[in-house]
Amino acid sequence: MARSVAVVGTGQTRHVSRRDDVNMAEMVREAALLALQDTGLGPGDVDAVVVGSAPEIFEGVNSPENWVGPAVGAAGKPMLRIHTGGTAGASAAIAAYYHVASGLFDTVLAVAYEKLSDGSAQYGLSTCCDPLWDRDFACGAPALVALQAREYMARYHPEITEEHGAMVAVKNRKNALLNPCAQLRMELTVQDVMDSAPVASPLKVLDCCPTSDGAAALVIASGSRARKLAARPAWITGVGTCTESPYVPDVDLAYPESCVRAAQHAYQMAWVYEPLKELDVAEVYEAFSFQELIWYETLGFCKPGQGGRLVESGITKLDGEFPVNPSGGVLSSNPIGASAMIRQLEAARQVMGKAGDHQVGGVRRALAHSWGGAIQFSTVTIFSNEP
Amino acid sequence: MLEVAGGSEEPVEVVEGDLDIEYRYAYGEYYDRFYREMRDNRRIMGVACARCRCVLLPPRPYCGFCYEPVDRWVELADEGTVQTFTNVQLPFPGQPTEPPYIYAFIMLDGAAVQFPHLLGEVDPARARVGMRVKAVWAENRKGTLHDIKYFRPVENEG
Repeated sequence: MARSVAVVGTGQTRHVSRRDDVNMAEMVREAALLALQDTGLGPGDVDAVVVGSAPEIFEGVNSPENWVGPAVGAAGKPMLRIHTGGTAGASAAIAAYYHVASGLFDTVLAVAYEKLSDGSAQYGLSTCCDPLWDRDFACGAPALVALQAREYMARYHPEITEEHGAMVAVKNRKNALLNPCAQLRMELTVQDVMDSAPVASPLKVLDCCPTSDGAAALVIASGSRARKLAARPAWITGVGTCTESPYVPDVDLAYPESCVRAAQHAYQMAWVYEPLKELDVAEVYEAFSFQELIWYETLGFCKPGQGGRLVESGITKLDGEFPVNPSGGVLSSNPIGASAMIRQLEAARQVMGKAGDHQVGGVRRALAHSWGGAIQFSTVTIFSNEP
Repeated sequence: MLEVAGGSEEPVEVVEGDLDIEYRYAYGEYYDRFYREMRDNRRIMGVACARCRCVLLPPRPYCGFCYEPVDRWVELADEGTVQTFTNVQLPFPGQPTEPPYIYAFIMLDGAAVQFPHLLGEVDPARARVGMRVKAVWAENRKGTLHDIKYFRPVENEG
């Protein structure tokens, strides 16, 4: 039986379109020091470091852990770099969780980052595809997710409309107004989103995430350490990850199995039977508006095809019964390698009572989700106020 | 090569970098046969999984659903049904096609997984999921997916 494990400290930078005042390693150090300060620890006090980062081609720096790891205190300690596309940040924290749950380490620092202004995000994303197959058609992330959104809308026609996607964009960007770290903080209307410039139909500019510079860090500790280091640790009670085929068409884009399975595994571990009733808040990886509707369904918040109705009902608004993305989500900030860890950080803070102006009242259990690769990796992490 | 941006009196804030690398990718046995058939015979070949009773693209030595080894080749129609599509409006760095263009996943008749390609000769406003389309082959074929120029609507469509 694995040991109980908790997040005891969290840190993140502001997420902005460009940071020229710091280099990549300094930016990651900024988040790491904030997370360590949150626990009263110094870089020397952790037993191991896990670095999460997205494809090296984004910044054009190979083996970035050579540079980033020592900047956050990894010298003289075990260090691993974890890379699983968009889920890299969450996978890094989950790897830190494995370290501690195994009993081999007591306190582990996980960091994740992206400095997208250093290079070309969309060029980098296209080169993630099989060069022998679909690379020449894979226009970064937007075209792939546009295909996903169209398939989803067609399957449940006429239940899901472009306006439902727009509602997600309006909701999350409004939540971001309360998050000082978010990049796009906007009061919008559904019409604003509908009227914004077309990117790849049905996606318009305001359905899409920005590209960001930013970093996040989590200090993860064993049960006995956690009780000493934090007044209200966020206990990691459920973890699920799953992988699917790299050939996009093999994946059911409108209902990705990897997400369903990751959720089932995490729910089983955390004893969650009715997610909408038993969870209090969720942070999901909606790089594009329509994805939040799809994740409502694959995470079991509603039945397949009901995502539009769920967002329409207002339940997932900040003042609703089950807020989704109170931080503003990925639609408001997307430092790609960090975004999945930011979902975990925000969910953990909700449980710790440290979410600031976008804190939801009385949170006992929070969910963090992420997707990555060619919509082929999924992670789900559940945080609770007790082990 | 690193170049310092700005003159000597300016603070050194940003350096410009550039990576210029050429790659050559081996096709391997399955892609090799697939692309030879496209180039020489205008044929789209999939591999059939005996256990799942389905035909897979791209051809590969294992079934993506059940992991069984797969070695039986099956010819697929160069005609199929649009499963999903997007009208791409913006240029994406590294992509060879000039926007606007329609990128689609097409379920070829007889296949179990979709084929990624472009739609052509179609009014974007009339493109729809479920549309029947047929491959338009390139005259000059080199053994890549561009051996098909695009898929066009079959008669009574588009």
